[in-house]
Amino acid sequence: MTKPVQVLDRVTIRFAGDSGDGMQLTGDRFTSETAAFGNDLSTLPDFPAEIRAPAGSIPGVSGFQLHFADHDILTPGDAPDVLVAMNPAALRANLGDLPKGASLIVNTDSFTARNLDKAGYASNPLQDGTLADYQVHEVALTSMTLEALKEFDISKKEAERAKNMFALGLMSWLYHRPTEATVAFLEKKFAARPLIARANVTAFKAGWNFGETTEAFAVSYEVKPARLRPGTYRNISGNLALAYGLVAASQLSGRPLFLGAYPITPASDILHELSKHKAFGVRTFQAEDEIAGVGAALGAAFGGSLGVTTSSGPGIALKAETIGLAVSLELPLLVIDIQRSGPSTGMPTKTEQADLLQVLYGRNGEAPVPVVAPCTPSDCFHAAVEAARIALKYRTPVVLLSDGYLANGSEPWLLPDVDALPDISVPSATEPNHEGDFWPYLRDETTLARPWAVPGTPGLEHRIGGLEKADGTGNISYDPENHDRMVHLRAAKVAGIAADIAPLEVDHQDGSRQLVLGWGSTYGPIGAAVRRVRASGARVSVAHLRHLNPFPANLGEVLAAYDKVLIPEMNLGQLRMLVRARYLVDAIGYNRVRGLPFKAEELADAIIGLLDEGAHK
Amino acid sequence: MSLGNGHGNGAPVKLTAKDFKSDQEVRWCPGCGDYAILSAVQGFMPQLGIPRERIVFISGIGCSSRFPYYMNTYGMHSIHGRAPAIATGLSVTRPDLSVWVITGDGDALSIGGNHLIHALRRNVNLKILLFNNQIYGLTKGQYSPTSELGKITKSTPMGSLDHPFNPVSVALGAEATFVARSIDSDRAHLTEVLRKAAAHRGTAFVEIYQNCNIFNDGAFDLLKEPETRDDNQIRLEHGKPIRFGADGERGVRLTGDGRVALVEVADVGEDALLVHDEHREEPSLAFMLCRLSHGADGPTPIGVFRDVERPVYDELMSGQLEAATARQGRGDLAKLLHGGDTWQLG
Repeated sequence: MTKPVQVLDRVTIRFAGDSGDGMQLTGDRFTSETAAFGNDLSTLPDFPAEIRAPAGSIPGVSGFQLHFADHDILTPGDAPDVLVAMNPAALRANLGDLPKGASLIVNTDSFTARNLDKAGYASNPLQDGTLADYQVHEVALTSMTLEALKEFDISKKEAERAKNMFALGLMSWLYHRPTEATVAFLEKKFAARPLIARANVTAFKAGWNFGETTEAFAVSYEVKPARLRPGTYRNISGNLALAYGLVAASQLSGRPLFLGAYPITPASDILHELSKHKAFGVRTFQAEDEIAGVGAALGAAFGGSLGVTTSSGPGIALKAETIGLAVSLELPLLVIDIQRSGPSTGMPTKTEQADLLQVLYGRNGEAPVPVVAPCTPSDCFHAAVEAARIALKYRTPVVLLSDGYLANGSEPWLLPDVDALPDISVPSATEPNHEGDFWPYLRDETTLARPWAVPGTPGLEHRIGGLEKADGTGNISYDPENHDRMVHLRAAKVAGIAADIAPLEVDHQDGSRQLVLGWGSTYGPIGAAVRRVRASGARVSVAHLRHLNPFPANLGEVLAAYDKVLIPEMNLGQLRMLVRARYLVDAIGYNRVRGLPFKAEELADAIIGLLDEGAHK
Repeated sequence: MSLGNGHGNGAPVKLTAKDFKSDQEVRWCPGCGDYAILSAVQGFMPQLGIPRERIVFISGIGCSSRFPYYMNTYGMHSIHGRAPAIATGLSVTRPDLSVWVITGDGDALSIGGNHLIHALRRNVNLKILLFNNQIYGLTKGQYSPTSELGKITKSTPMGSLDHPFNPVSVALGAEATFVARSIDSDRAHLTEVLRKAAAHRGTAFVEIYQNCNIFNDGAFDLLKEPETRDDNQIRLEHGKPIRFGADGERGVRLTGDGRVALVEVADVGEDALLVHDEHREEPSLAFMLCRLSHGADGPTPIGVFRDVERPVYDELMSGQLEAATARQGRGDLAKLLHGGDTWQLG
C-alpha cells in the first residue's frame, strides 16, 4: 500500500525537547539530509545558556528550527508548520509560536504526571482540549524505541537515549529525506562503540518504518529540490564560515594567523574550529582573559602575523583599551564581536545587534575603527576576508560584527573558487624611508597607512607606543598642533577607506518612494519581508550595509532619493542615530530586542504601515 | 639612527653599549634608579650576541615603562599591565626574537597581576624585568602593591592597609622557572643576573630593587649603604653555603621543624649551613628563602632563587604546528572548504 504524497513548496519544522534529548543533533542531521536532497534551507538553533537545566523544566528546553523549500529562502521561517515536542515542557515553551492548524508530533511517553507538573501543566494538554486547534500526532516515541532495541545488550537509559533518532527516522520518512548519510554519520560518530552505533541506526530505521506502516500519518510530504545556482554546495554555520574566512585571509595575505581568545558564548566555536587547523600554520592561544586575548593578538601583529581576537559584547568591552592602543600603534588587528543580548551578561545564547555603537565609540579619545558586518551565515566567510583586507592594507584594527543568529544559524553555501579569491597581501617595510633613516609614521600618500616594519628587519629598529607620536618620526610628542594633525590623520585614514569599498547596492523597485535599510543579520528577514510586500502589489526598495564605518560613499545619495527610510534593527536604533546625525535624514526605526531574529511578517507589517502612512500624506 | 649596526651579511658584528642607545633624550628624574638599570642593560646587551633587530623591549605603563624608548632595538610602550600578554603574542609567533618585558611594581603586580602569573606558569620565552620601587611614581606618589603596610602616601594619609606582595614569592608561587632579584646600583650583580636570565629558556623573572628618589627615597638603603649592606644582603650563589655579613659570620640553615633561619656560623658550624641549589626542581626551599624578608627590611636574599628547565610554551606551540603538518600535510584551503558533506547542483 502506498500512501498519498502531498507536494509542498516550503516547510518549517521545529524540533524541541529537553537539553539532554539531543535536539541539536537531530536538527543538524535533518538539515544535512535536507541539504543533500537539494532544498534551499535556513536554520535557527535556540538553546538555553544552562548546560543541563533541570530535566523536564521549561528553562531546559532546547529547540532547533529548520526552514526548507523548493525555492531560495532567506530566513529560518517565522513560525513552525510542524512542532516535534519530546516532552510537556517543550510543548508548553513552543506552543505559543505555533499557528492554528499546524501539526504537532508529541512523545506521549513523556506526558507523565511528574513531567506535566514540571512543565506547569495542571492537566494533560493531550486530553483537556488545549490542542484542539492543531493536528496532533500522538507517538509513543520512547516505548517504541525501547521495543525496537529490546534485543540489544545495552542499558535502558542508553536505549532511551536513541529516541531522538527514532523521531528523526519518522520525520525523514514524513518528508522523504535521504537516509544514507545519517546512517553513515551514526556509524562514524559511534565508531568506538559499535553496539551503540547499531542501536541508533536501528532506532532511526524503526522510526522510518513506523511512519510507513502506521495509520497515524495518512500522507507524507515532498518538497522538491530548489533551483539554486549551479556549483558545489555545503551547509555552513556563521561561526564555521567565519573561521574558514580567517584561514583564507591568512592564506590570501601570506601572513600566519594568530588567534588570541578567551572562551565566551557565542564566539567560542571559532576558537574551537581554528585550533584544528594548525597545519595551516594557525596558532590559537586561549588567553587568561579577554584583555590578554586581544593583547597577544596585537603582539603577534607587531611581529608580522595576522592577529585576531574573537569575543562577544562583554569581552569587547574589556578589550576596548587595547583596541585603542592598536588605533594609536596603527597595526592591523581583527576584532570579532559575535553580538549577543545585553547589557552585561544579558542572554548569552540569544542574538542582538546592540554593540554597533560600542565598537564605533566605546574607546577613549578619537579612536576611529572600521566596522564590517556579515549578513548571512555563509557571508561570514567573505566578510572575514574583507575585514582582514582592510586591517592589513590600512594598518588599523577592524571590527567584524556578527551575531548569535548568524553564528549558529546555517544555510547552504555555494563554495567559492579558491583561485578567484582576492589577493590581500601587503608588503612589510624593508628599507629606510627618510634620508637613510626609518620613520615609522611616514604615511603612504594614498592610503595614509604607515609602514609595517616587523622586528627582525635590520636597520628599521623603532619604538612605538600609546603616547602621541610626532607625525612622521613617531617620536613622543606633546605638541598641540601635532596632536591635532594626528587626530585628523587617523580619522582621515579610516574615512578614506570609503573610496576602497563597494558602493551601496540598492534593490530599487520602480516607483517606490520608500527604502528599507538594514545591516548585519537582519538581511534575511528584511529580504523576506520585502518579497511579501512586493507580492502584495506594494512598492518598496531595499538596501543592506556591509560597511558600518566608513559608510559607502554613495549612502547619502541613496538616502536622499527616497521620501522615507525605515531602519529595522535588533537594538533601539543605533544605525538610525548614525544615519540621522550624518545625513540629516529623518529615518524611522523598527526596533525589537527579544533575543530572536525578526519575523518576516512583523517587518512586512512595519513596511506596509510605512507605505500606508506615505499614502495618506 | 644609523643603518647597519647590529647586523652584517651574516657575519656577527661586534656591538657596544653605545649601539643600544636610542636617539631619544632620557626623561627620568635626575637621580632615578632607572638610569643605572638602563646603563647596565645597554652595557650587557652586546654580550647577548644577538643583532639589535632581533631584540624587542615591550613595556606597560609607569616610569620604568618608558625604558623601550631609550633602547635602539625594536620596542613597544604599551598599556598599563598588559605587556606580558602582548609580549606573549609576539614571542609565540616569532621564536627567532629575544623578547624583554619591562615593568614596575604597580604595572606587573597590580593592574597586570593576572598577565604576569599566567606568563610565568606558561613559561613563555620572555625576560621580565620588574623594577620595584615600592611606590607609584608616574602618578606622583601613591602606595603600590609592594609598599610596606602602614605607608603614608597621598592616597593613604593614615597609612596603607594593604599587606604587600613579595614579588619573588608571587613568581615562585606561579611556578616560574627562573626567579631572581638584584639591585639597581649593583651593576656587577645586576649584569650577572641578566646574563643568567637571558641564558634561561622560558620565562625569566627578575625583580630589581630600584630607588625612586622623589617619592620613596632610600627604600633599599639597608641593602645599599656601606654601613648596613653587608649585614643585610644575603647573596645567593649556586652550590655555596648561604652566608652573609662582613666576614661571612652569619648564615642560613634549615631547621629541624622545616623552616629556614638566620644563624651565627660560629654557633652552628659551616657544615650546618644551607647550600644553595638554584636548579632544585622543588620550589619550596626557594620560597622559604624569599620569605626571609618581606621587603628590604632586614637581611634579604638577592641573586638567583630558582633556575629550572621546563618545556617552553613557544616551542610546544610550534611543535604542535609541525606535528599537525607532518600528519595532515600543509593545509589546503580548497580541501578545507570542500570538507564535510557537499553536494553538486547543475
